[in-house]
Amino acid sequence: MAVTANPGPGQPTVDLREPAGWRRTKNQVATILMWAAFAITLVPLVLVLYTVIQKGASAISWQFLTGGPIPPNVLPLGVGGMGPAVIGTLEITGFAALMAIPLGVLGGVYLNEYGATSWLAKLLAFLSDVMTGVPSIVMGLFIFTIWILHFGYSGVAGAFALACLMLPIVIRSTFEMLRLVPDSLRQGSYALGATKARVTVTVVLPAAIGGIVSGSLLAVARAAGETAPLLFTILTVEATNTNIFSGANTALSTQIFVNATSPYVGAESRAWGSALTLIAIAFILMIIARVVTARFTRYTR
Amino acid sequence: MNTVAKADPAQSAGPAHPLAHRRPLGDRTFQVLALVAGLLVLVILILIAVSTAQQSTSWFTTAGASGIFSIDWDPANNHFGAMSFVFGTVITSVIAIVIAVPVSVAIALLLTEVVPRRWSQPIVYVIDLLAVVPSVVWGLWGILVLVPWLQNSIYAHIGNVLNGVPVLGNLFGPPISGAAFCTAGVILAIMITPIITSLSREVIATVPAIDKEGAYALGATRWEMIRGAVWPHSQGGVLGAVLIGLGRAMGETIAAALVIGSSATITSHLLAPGYSIPAVIANQFGEASGVFRSALIGMGLFLFAITIIVNLVARGIVERSARRMRGA
Repeated sequence: MAVTANPGPGQPTVDLREPAGWRRTKNQVATILMWAAFAITLVPLVLVLYTVIQKGASAISWQFLTGGPIPPNVLPLGVGGMGPAVIGTLEITGFAALMAIPLGVLGGVYLNEYGATSWLAKLLAFLSDVMTGVPSIVMGLFIFTIWILHFGYSGVAGAFALACLMLPIVIRSTFEMLRLVPDSLRQGSYALGATKARVTVTVVLPAAIGGIVSGSLLAVARAAGETAPLLFTILTVEATNTNIFSGANTALSTQIFVNATSPYVGAESRAWGSALTLIAIAFILMIIARVVTARFTRYTR
Repeated sequence: MNTVAKADPAQSAGPAHPLAHRRPLGDRTFQVLALVAGLLVLVILILIAVSTAQQSTSWFTTAGASGIFSIDWDPANNHFGAMSFVFGTVITSVIAIVIAVPVSVAIALLLTEVVPRRWSQPIVYVIDLLAVVPSVVWGLWGILVLVPWLQNSIYAHIGNVLNGVPVLGNLFGPPISGAAFCTAGVILAIMITPIITSLSREVIATVPAIDKEGAYALGATRWEMIRGAVWPHSQGGVLGAVLIGLGRAMGETIAAALVIGSSATITSHLLAPGYSIPAVIANQFGEASGVFRSALIGMGLFLFAITIIVNLVARGIVERSARRMRGA
């Protein structure tokens, strides 16, 4: 500052390339703090992944993943296996995806292709945003009140709850992706005499398929790990239930929740093993989503 | 051309003008299907409100307003006051916000203003990993690893030092427990960091380049540019992102249920065990029936209403600031 106060006549001594003194220090401190924030978030991520892999890997075996029934929590790790929970998670999440993805894509098609700028489409786009913020436990209570009270516990009830969580995410990602498809594609198809449905199904959706698939996979990955909506829709059972339409079922996530608070070593190991399995399923889905994005995305923001 | 058109029975049966024919059935069906799928969002939201309200009426009628808002939670004696759970929900989500917001906004700024583009994508992937780790896994890690460590290595020392100190002693002094409001807040903070980061990043990315270049041209450092050009443009949107994070923190269930300590109390001691609305629903719904179940569903309805309001306000703020940005 002192330099700027008294520059030599005709000879500017101020270095204009670099801010000096405290301004520069402040800038550096801010930059360091931003990196520190990133480093702080890495700590829990690394710790949780390390613990889950370290404790889970010793629990996981072929017997653990496919064997059954799930033993009572006092028994050690070698007895039975988590097969029923693995099957339960796959069938419940799969059925939820089967419901939510087609409906969500259709909903996204309505928002962008049919509703466009109408007040209804705007309202529904807004509400689907809001719906992504509805807590997952509320979805569980909702399915309990409208389904369980009338039809009893079943895997399909859990699938309904997960589908309610996935639906707005699929709608949003479809909507976002369809918006990126250039209008010239639609106009070209109309000019050839195609109907709107045909244009949408054969031209617009294929053009956006990369983003839609990866958005849907991320929604499935999120749903596969959900516990709260399953707690009082599927209950827990020890044996494999392949019929999701009747009878209580079980899932990896609810098994972790039940075993986490158990004082027995065997139950704890089963919880860590299930956690590793669940994380592996979610990560695989996420990696596929990234690959699809990288490979099939034609239009980006 | 004319002869071909006449040979087609569908065409000849239609009106005189070839382009004015009725849209085929399949086309109209598809439109209706899409509309129904879109309306499903509205239908589900309304059904949630109606069905949970219906199932919780017996709580409202038997307990009355004073019973609902009392702190007396004693299912064995049919006392269902929800106040301590409301308190716990507010406290834990405020702790989560206080921790997560500075960190998330700093990462968002790091991604948009500091690191080059090809580096920012891997950092985004890493942050997104936090969101892919399921809630129950955070809870499992929280109760088996974080809780014992915090209790023995951190909280015990804080408690010893601050015991008897006027204000701080009331907040952080004994009684001490590893499973506590503060622990739940920390876990929630970790879980809402990805969403606040990604929403803030989207908002900050829309700041016009010309504003930033203008600030640099005036000789601003990067930090001064952020304060002068980026922040005024994006503070509305970031506030929206924070509110959405708050909504997530309030509704987060399983991780909170495992680490919060499960004690229905109202206390100023943040290192003491507490309870929150989603946690009590998850833990006690299995053994509940009658008015007890109705009370838990009623608290779920309350949670639904609060998160809907928070999200409505937040999305409104984000949309308005985005519109202003486009206009600018």
